[in-house]
Amino acid sequence: MTRINVKVDGVDHTDEVEPRMLLVHYLREQVGRTGTVVGCDTSNCGACTVHLDGRSVKSCNVLAVQADGHEVTTIEGIADGDRLHAMQQAFHDCHALQCGYCTPGMIMQSIDLLNDNPNPSEDEIRHGLEGNLCRCTGYHNIVKAVQQAAGAGVGGGGGR
Amino acid sequence: MSVQTEPRASREIGNARKRKEDRRLITGRTRWTDNLVLPGMLHLAMVRSPFAHAKILSVDVEQAKAAPGVVQVITGADVADVQGALPCAWPITADQKAPDHPAIAVDRVAFSGEVVAVVVAASAAQARDAAELVDVDYEQLPAALDLKKARADEALAHPDLGTNTSAVWQFDSAQAGTGGDVDELIAAARVDGVVVEREFRNQRLIPSFMEPRSTVVDPTGEQFVMWSSTQVPHILRLMLATTLGVSESKVRVIAPDVGGGFGGKLQVTPEEVITFLAARRTGRPCKYTETRSESLLAAHHGRDQWQKLTLAADKDGTVRALKVDITADMGAYLGLVTAGTPILGAFMYNSIYTFDAYQFTCTNVFTNKTWTDAYRGAGRPEATFAIERMMDELAVELGREPMELRQQNWIRHEQFPFTSVCGLEYDSGNYEAATARAMELFDYDGLRREQTERRERGDSVQLGIGISTFTEMCGIAPSRMLGELNYGAGGWEHADVRMLATGKVEVVTGSSAHGQGHETAWSQLVADKLGVAFEDVEVLHGDTQIAPKGLDTYGSRSLVVGGQAVVRAADKVIEKAKPIAAHLLEAAADDLEFTDGRFAVRGAGEGGKSVSMGEVALATFAAHDLPEGIEPSLDSAATFDPVNFSFPHGTHLCAVEVDTETGQVSMRRYVCVDDVGTIVNPLIVEGQIHGGLAQGIAQALWEEAVFDDQGTLVSGSFVDYTLPTAADTISFVTDNTVTPATTNDIGAKGVGEAGCIASTPAVVNSVIDAVRHLGVNDIQMPCTPQRVWTAIRTAGRTTADPTTPESTSHFDPDQPNQDPPGPGDHTGVDDQKGTGA
Repeated sequence: MTRINVKVDGVDHTDEVEPRMLLVHYLREQVGRTGTVVGCDTSNCGACTVHLDGRSVKSCNVLAVQADGHEVTTIEGIADGDRLHAMQQAFHDCHALQCGYCTPGMIMQSIDLLNDNPNPSEDEIRHGLEGNLCRCTGYHNIVKAVQQAAGAGVGGGGGR
Repeated sequence: MSVQTEPRASREIGNARKRKEDRRLITGRTRWTDNLVLPGMLHLAMVRSPFAHAKILSVDVEQAKAAPGVVQVITGADVADVQGALPCAWPITADQKAPDHPAIAVDRVAFSGEVVAVVVAASAAQARDAAELVDVDYEQLPAALDLKKARADEALAHPDLGTNTSAVWQFDSAQAGTGGDVDELIAAARVDGVVVEREFRNQRLIPSFMEPRSTVVDPTGEQFVMWSSTQVPHILRLMLATTLGVSESKVRVIAPDVGGGFGGKLQVTPEEVITFLAARRTGRPCKYTETRSESLLAAHHGRDQWQKLTLAADKDGTVRALKVDITADMGAYLGLVTAGTPILGAFMYNSIYTFDAYQFTCTNVFTNKTWTDAYRGAGRPEATFAIERMMDELAVELGREPMELRQQNWIRHEQFPFTSVCGLEYDSGNYEAATARAMELFDYDGLRREQTERRERGDSVQLGIGISTFTEMCGIAPSRMLGELNYGAGGWEHADVRMLATGKVEVVTGSSAHGQGHETAWSQLVADKLGVAFEDVEVLHGDTQIAPKGLDTYGSRSLVVGGQAVVRAADKVIEKAKPIAAHLLEAAADDLEFTDGRFAVRGAGEGGKSVSMGEVALATFAAHDLPEGIEPSLDSAATFDPVNFSFPHGTHLCAVEVDTETGQVSMRRYVCVDDVGTIVNPLIVEGQIHGGLAQGIAQALWEEAVFDDQGTLVSGSFVDYTLPTAADTISFVTDNTVTPATTNDIGAKGVGEAGCIASTPAVVNSVIDAVRHLGVNDIQMPCTPQRVWTAIRTAGRTTADPTTPESTSHFDPDQPNQDPPGPGDHTGVDDQKGTGA
């Protein structure tokens, strides 16, 4: 077992973990942040996407010990109390989710995408989300949601 | 029947309400089954067969039992007497053959991925570690893998059955008295008409819901609570009772938030039964969550047919007869509706066209592969694909414009209600209107011009235009008709509407949503009906203790059947409220009218006395002053059994660009105009269409479940089973025309499967249209660059393109560290090669 210190959604955690434990399992099973989900076992689906020090990572592709001394933000840490993050609001407004299973990862990746490129073209949005699979929406409304969030200033500093 | 253009008469129906479901989903507060943690909970891991067909000689569990955290290791032999057989709810013929379907294989495995042992341990990681230690000794048996060879009984999937043919099912319009003799008309057309004969492959797909399946079972004393990521909690409860011999009243099934299904969670799975057994044996809560690899391997697959069709027409293009001969791959076992899935397409090959004679024959065949079952559309996408491909082929044969040929043959709007050659009554529709709108949105003529220009200048990137004018039968289903088809249950749906003292409303529905937005749509229905606020309606579902009666969600049935049950229950609430309102208003009940949530004396005008539904609810709750003999409750229930299917239809148009040098297909434009009847929530309808389109397009271009010649699933991860990404798809143009359904009060026809059913042939037709002039007349799905390129290169020859070699090409026998193909133990060969290199 290895001791790690990780800040998750603003709260400091000190935990003993097996060195082989994936960050996503640490978040779900030890920290209780079940908003982040597992959709595959080959790093293809992106359902487990979180932010590590502000950049998106697939948390199934990071060991918990690699997060030692770092800050993790999950889907449960982006709203400001009852006030949704502009990307969450955009997903709701644009009906960019149906079953909602890919949604946490999709939202976290979409925020990262706009942080990189605040005014993306449709093509840039589509390629920026290529690592996140959705089976329900055909991506049509997800693209619209990212466009709405870009318009609301996410990535340009006005996201909240 | 004309296209409805008048503005909506109500406040909620037709309103693009944002979904009530979203908040918990976008904030990560969802209750997926795998999120549940119960005190003392144990975790399961499955040991699965690596072989497609083998005898189990021995299962050595000693090492696994001794591993840290392991509580039990369960083998088939341990539970042989108590596990029963997994249910097949739809024996399609009286003489249907089927093997027993054990949850844990006892002495033989029939597909790669079948469970042979189960480890129960304190943590999921410990269970999985110990599963590696279970040592199973197999003796491989010859496996039936290729569908056509299996039909010829070259190797037997289940030797005890003596054949691979499970059942042969036929519909013949002459025998049924609903049309002419198909062979006579085909013979006549061979003399004096046109006959088009084709064989299509409808490949095997994997539903690939995003949430892997998960089950938790809590044995609470003598009761059992099961949480499962299922589409069918009610059916699951019933089947657990019948399979395991427990009392139905002792089982509670909860489907919490469920992450997609698409038919893939319309099942009673071995894993659910196993988790139940493990909880019963250990007396502790047990959880099993599959990995994605396990899901792709062992959750049921869909489609997988060879389709032979003969279409006879007059020389002027009038279609006369259609003869369909299907070979359907069941895989290794018959799941819940495996056998009936191809039959759901039986009455749809004739589609929207006025054939005089029709025959459909389906041969269900066992192979040693994952079993097939419902996948979005279930039988109807196969039918639509085949007929829409055939209509294009007929157009080519006759040198006709494909849309114009369809128009010549489809049911005209003034012919509704129309009885099809299968005897189904299509209640409403307007194919002309949907097509006209689609052609306009698509710029059909403009794209045809561009296509001609590209052809003329010999552009290396060619443009193709594909059409699909489709209908489907959904709103499954009239119980009487299901009975005639020998299905094991009815097709009704149930709802309760409860008035709370504060005027809020609880709606209990037997439909079990997993992404469809029932909470939102049902709220809209009830808000309009009872005149209460959208926000004041709470929809409860997905728990057999909260919603005890239901037949769940599949077959585009929820709004059409379940929604109608809600409407009827709400009607009964109004009827029950009326005498109480009359009493409060000191008027006669017969003089009252109910509008916008208020009872008032008819004709009393604006100043007249009135009482709201909420006030009646409070007065009923208090029950201080009710009319004599009236029970103090407004709560009402309704069970609705539809009298007919519903028949959504639409026109889908696809334009693709095909690079003739590389075979690469790029989507250029996709337009669809669907008539799904009255639309309750346009946002949800549009979303259902988008998602359906992506899945249907994926069948045409990208997805296929591929097995190698050992029966191993090669496309067993999302690396190889290529779901479309955002970068593969385009933004779609969708619109609707509306002819209300006449078989429910809402006027809805169902939308869940439409996009998936209609889009596949539109795309394939467009790909072939792009390269038709090069001599190509068919490309097997998925139309990968390699297949398109090969088709162009071998144009003029009909290519039977086997899927296996190309898909396994990355297993090159001449390279190091690769398993060479060939039966039996191959370690020796590998070793020799290793040392030789």
